Amino acid sequence: MDLLLQHVINAVSLGGTYALLSLGLAIVFSIIGLINFAHGELMTAAGYTIFFMLAAGVSLPLAIVFAIVAVAILAMGIERVAFRPMRKADMTGLLITSFAMSMILQAFFQNAIGARPRAVAMPEALSGVVNLGSVHLGIIPLMSISITVVALVALNLFLKHTVMGITMRAAAEDIDVVRLLGLKAGRVVATSFAVSGVLAATAAFLWVAQRGSVDPLMGFVPVLKAFVATIVGGLGSLTGAVAGGMLLGIVEVLAQVVLPPSMVEFRDAFVLGFVILLLLVRPQGLLPAPTGRRS
Amino acid sequence: MTASPLLDVAGLNVRYGYVEAVRGISFSVAPGEILALIGANGAGKTSTLSALSGLTPATGRIAYRGTDISGLGAEKRSGLGIALTPEGRRVFPSLTVAENLLLGGAAHKGKHDPAAKREEMLSLFPILKERYHQRAGLLSGGEQQMLAIARSLMSAPDLLLLDEPSLGLAPQIVDQVFELIVKLNGTGLTILLVEQNASRALEIAHHALVLANGAVALSGKASDLLASPDIRAAYLSA
Ligand SMILES: Nc1ncnc2c1ncn2[C@@H]1O[C@H](COP(=O)(O)OP(=O)(O)O)[C@@H](O)[C@H]1O
Ligand SMILES: [Mg+2]
Repeated sequence: MDLLLQHVINAVSLGGTYALLSLGLAIVFSIIGLINFAHGELMTAAGYTIFFMLAAGVSLPLAIVFAIVAVAILAMGIERVAFRPMRKADMTGLLITSFAMSMILQAFFQNAIGARPRAVAMPEALSGVVNLGSVHLGIIPLMSISITVVALVALNLFLKHTVMGITMRAAAEDIDVVRLLGLKAGRVVATSFAVSGVLAATAAFLWVAQRGSVDPLMGFVPVLKAFVATIVGGLGSLTGAVAGGMLLGIVEVLAQVVLPPSMVEFRDAFVLGFVILLLLVRPQGLLPAPTGRRS
Repeated sequence: MTASPLLDVAGLNVRYGYVEAVRGISFSVAPGEILALIGANGAGKTSTLSALSGLTPATGRIAYRGTDISGLGAEKRSGLGIALTPEGRRVFPSLTVAENLLLGGAAHKGKHDPAAKREEMLSLFPILKERYHQRAGLLSGGEQQMLAIARSLMSAPDLLLLDEPSLGLAPQIVDQVFELIVKLNGTGLTILLVEQNASRALEIAHHALVLANGAVALSGKASDLLASPDIRAAYLSA
């Protein structure tokens, strides 16, 4: 029984991290129609920021806040330098730009910091377990779930109750009309990147806390999975991104648990096989964004 | 004796790749009038309004209150008092009526009190008050048109560009839309009205412009156009 609970906690914790990452991808996609493949490098940048801050003796909460702010600024910088000049380019041009940005940042991390993984010294307190009778729950997955919930609630409040949040939802449906109303589209796009940076940095902390190290390619695999999760959820739909991320985390933990030991190394193949089956049944994803934005 | 025009357009040209949708048209809109812009499907009416709003790139001179605004983007033109209610209404379907209205006024807080403006809109369009917390996508076509116009008016514009406001609406709703346009014009709002329903538009307009293949085929007083049998036969057959 307690083993089951542990698996559930692990699944929700991993799913939550994927959900934060896929939300970041989906928010930018919903507004400019671009999958930002440099999203993984935002995550890596946040990982290194936390690593260096902790190494310098800064407290963990301060290191996290600093990483979030720094990566939000980095995300806006990438938008400004790489994507805004390409505004009139077609989809292929934007995709190539985003891949290029991703590779430039990877090369930067490899050359400036080094290719080998760096151990991140998390505070002792995080490695403990909570004992509830016979049930032992890791502090890190519990913390992951709490942070994910707080981030999702905060994002929801932002999108529903601030003018900028409402404008972002409007821009996802019809950015030209947003401009017609005198609202600055450039600022909306920049904010969507900042929000994606905040989400990437939050996810990076959860990822690093779980794994204890950071390396130049850290963001690649989780963001690839988050990309799959946005497709599963329905590209451009924010609730879909959360659902897709959660589902992927759950399926992944489930595969880890039920596959015989000799096959665990093929876990991702099983997970992706499941995704393919799902998309055969629901090609539009679980909770697609409304289509036909224009009559 | 004629006042200087609110909008003065000279040699306006819009092209999409090889398609020349608007070919160097010139016209002006006097303050306080309704100018009807009519013409067949594909004549270039929407392209003209879109170019005036700043959404569609165009060449030529667009003077608003005597100042050339052709270099300004859509956001800036909205700030100057030009509002476009686009063809097909284009309300934000997943946003509520309240949120659609909020965004209409959000960029213009310095100009007037948005709360007072919202109350004004809700008394002008009582149906929007009833539907206030519903998603705009759930409204009927007529209600969406009212919302689209109210959203434009939230910026307190001086010039309203209306693109086919009666398109696809039931006859009694069409009547309401035309009554509304006259009423708004009565408050001093200058209106550039694009309509398929040409004779209805000419009945309420002061002046009119007939577009054909992106060029001005005719222009003059709306009553003269309405009275001329040749024009009726050629352009107002619908
Ligand atoms: N976005 C576009 N891309 C290419 N051609 C367009 C576009 N919009 C309109 N056109 C073309 O420009 C011409 C004028 O269209 P439009 O301005 O919509 O006319 P109207 O509103 O009078 O029906 C038409 O031939 C139309 O096919
Ligand atoms: Mg049209």
